[in-house]
Amino acid sequence: MTDSVLAMAFVYLLAAVICVPVAKRLGLGAVLGYLVAGVLIGPWVLGFVGHEHHSVGHFAEFGVVMMLFLVGLELRPALLWQMRKPIFGLGGAQVVGTAVVVGAAALALGVHWKPALAVGLIFACSSTAIVLSTLAERGLLKTQGGQASFAVLLFQDIAVIPILAVFPLLAMVPAVLSPDAAAAAGDSRPGWQTGLMLFGAVAGVIAIGRFIVRPVFQFLAAVKVRESFTAAALLIVVGIALLMQQVGLSPALGTFLAGVVLADSEYRHELETDIEPFKGLLLGLFFISIGAQIDFGLIASEPAMIGGMVLATMTGKLVVLWSLGRVFGLDRPSRWLLAFSLAQIGEFAFVLLQFGMTERVFTAEFTAPLVAAVALSMGITPLLFVVLERVVLPRLADPGREARPHDEIATDAETPVVIAGYGRFGQMVGRILRANRIPLTILDLDPEMVELVGKIGVKVYYGDASRVDLLHAAGCEHAKLFVLAVDDKEEATKIVENVRHHFPHLTILARARDRQHYWELRKLGCAQVFRETFGSAYEAGIAALIKVGFRSYTAHRLAKRWRDHEEQTLEELGKHWGTKDYFARARMAMEEAERLMRHEDPTVYVERDAAWDNESLRADRKVDAAAIDAERS
Amino acid sequence: MARSQGRAWGQTARPCAFGQLTPPVARPLLATMPRVLVLLAHPVLERSRVNRRLLSAISDLESVTVHDLYEAYPTLSIDIAREQALLVEHDVIVFQHPFYWYSVPAILKEWQDLVLEHGWAYGAGGTKLRGKLTLNAISTGGPAQAYRKEGYNRFTVRELLAPWEQTANLCGLRYLAPYVVHAALKVTGESDIVTPRDGYRRLVTALRDDQIDLERAARAENLADEIDAVLAPREVA
Repeated sequence: MTDSVLAMAFVYLLAAVICVPVAKRLGLGAVLGYLVAGVLIGPWVLGFVGHEHHSVGHFAEFGVVMMLFLVGLELRPALLWQMRKPIFGLGGAQVVGTAVVVGAAALALGVHWKPALAVGLIFACSSTAIVLSTLAERGLLKTQGGQASFAVLLFQDIAVIPILAVFPLLAMVPAVLSPDAAAAAGDSRPGWQTGLMLFGAVAGVIAIGRFIVRPVFQFLAAVKVRESFTAAALLIVVGIALLMQQVGLSPALGTFLAGVVLADSEYRHELETDIEPFKGLLLGLFFISIGAQIDFGLIASEPAMIGGMVLATMTGKLVVLWSLGRVFGLDRPSRWLLAFSLAQIGEFAFVLLQFGMTERVFTAEFTAPLVAAVALSMGITPLLFVVLERVVLPRLADPGREARPHDEIATDAETPVVIAGYGRFGQMVGRILRANRIPLTILDLDPEMVELVGKIGVKVYYGDASRVDLLHAAGCEHAKLFVLAVDDKEEATKIVENVRHHFPHLTILARARDRQHYWELRKLGCAQVFRETFGSAYEAGIAALIKVGFRSYTAHRLAKRWRDHEEQTLEELGKHWGTKDYFARARMAMEEAERLMRHEDPTVYVERDAAWDNESLRADRKVDAAAIDAERS
Repeated sequence: MARSQGRAWGQTARPCAFGQLTPPVARPLLATMPRVLVLLAHPVLERSRVNRRLLSAISDLESVTVHDLYEAYPTLSIDIAREQALLVEHDVIVFQHPFYWYSVPAILKEWQDLVLEHGWAYGAGGTKLRGKLTLNAISTGGPAQAYRKEGYNRFTVRELLAPWEQTANLCGLRYLAPYVVHAALKVTGESDIVTPRDGYRRLVTALRDDQIDLERAARAENLADEIDAVLAPREVA
């Protein structure tokens, strides 16, 4: 037994270790890596794992539960309350809309209305696990589209409860649903009792989060046993999942709720760091088991039917989601993100199809191809993200900008300074100038930023600074200084080229991403270029010197010397950048720096600091002699 | 301490307010009313021979505030309001510094230029410093003999400090003779500096406790030479 468990663990881990980094390197994302790993070790390719993957799958589903707990930890109750409109509006419309579209299609194919409706409801659900981890991996969770996707997923999680409740009513052989059978299924309670239990469980979760977790964690913190903290964190998640299962709620939903309740607690980060590694591993396992579950045999025997079903369902869901995104006022990239990310059928389908079979809504023959289709649609979701990022969004970029016309710039906006880009960098420059009453014309391409900064009373014009007509409108002819503070490299380069060409009189102060960008911008004629993180890193370096015991003034002087050396080297190296002896030069500069650093006296690195040094004076006999003369006289 | 940390947020001149060798304003916890403010100006205190030791002689005294200017303002951007508040709080202002080119280190000149504002320290309404005492505590590289008419420095230290004496005068401060430790270049260890160190502590203590012959202290050439005479009558009493 132990042998087989170890062997299994070895196979799973090895597959993950090989496939995930490869998929990441190829820009396909970790989720796809796990899925491919699952396919590879599954029964259809290498056959390392067979039917036991069902038990692994059950275990792995816990990763989803943990993920929702962590998602909940990020969401304060107030924030959740703010999201009520997208959750119930957009989410509700999505479930109903998709169920209707899919159900109608099934009806049209000659399926009885009862299973058609059931399939519609099942296919309305998307995969929380795949979507949330992919969005998080790509840093899209906090975007408008990401938030909308999250809201819809949350509603689907809630919707699973009524769906489960409705299924018995959709049974094709109603006779089976005798009171006895229902009792055997463990569902003999009357509706009001179930409702009460649900309510009680939710209240219980909130009470646990509010009143029990804190004192327990305080006690554990006092005891100072690291593992007991981890154990307690796991206990919370497992316990709540168990409670939820008992009352027939989704464990994921329950732990999500617990997470939200604990989002305000001071142990939030503790919980996060404790659960995170478990979640990562189990979720990976979950994806692997999905990959291993894809029944290639069935797909191969019925390729047209299953392929057509996947294609039709996902297209249908995509259209519904995209249209709803439009109705609910999402901008174009967000609409596409929402549609592409939620187009698959989620892992709930496995559970619901199984449940549908026990409730006699479907037959086993009817269910098998559906299961294959679900797994397939989940499998291709990461690929859809790749398509979205590489094909759809880039094409959208320009028309997307057109979607909002550039702001009309007031004619009296002729200011001495124009700032392009009002993010973290531009704002700092802008605030210093504004504090000294320098009139500014500010351009930015991020509508959210424009609106946000507008709220605090700063007028930022929405517009693309790489367009010459906009530069004219911004008053570049009359300005003296152009501050280039956009964060996109290519965008920055394009703007500089335009400004240099059309407004050669303008002095450009530019933000650079890194060394190469620095040299590029210098070559294009920017008067001064600032590496975007240099200033703060420099200050941190000074603070570090002070921390290790240097006096503040000395630390500042030493750091300044280093900085002068660094900047001089940078300019020097820049002259050779792009030529064949660049690498030789860069190596020489590095060797020089290292040679200097090898000295024991740290001040040597920045050349000997001879200021206020009286060693030479002490050694100077003449001064002494003069003193003695003075004494004699 | 609380003051300096409280300022760290608003102050752009200082990137970081923690981790110094000496806190910007070190004040004994049990101090009642601060009396003596020692404004220390040494650009490389870590390499100092005299000033570091003089400082250690007084840093534990109650009601004595040591304010390390280079540590507080490493970029020489001085917080005027904070400096003026410190001056108002104290009755005796001691400028402790090495004697660079017959004058003060750069930061002290900057301090003088910025803090002693017209209408605050002098001129119409400039009465904030009236009646306070002040003196310079100095280390010189050359020996005592060099600082006289016949010596190679041709002037006495007190003569060379004329700008400070006149600044004090204009601001209504009572100027006392400097406390000068000569021949700092000859100092190699603790034993070379026992007497001046001890004298400095006695002087600052006496200034704090009002136990000093002010007439004599104002007339003297170098308080270090006349410490017994300046303190004797009161100490005995």
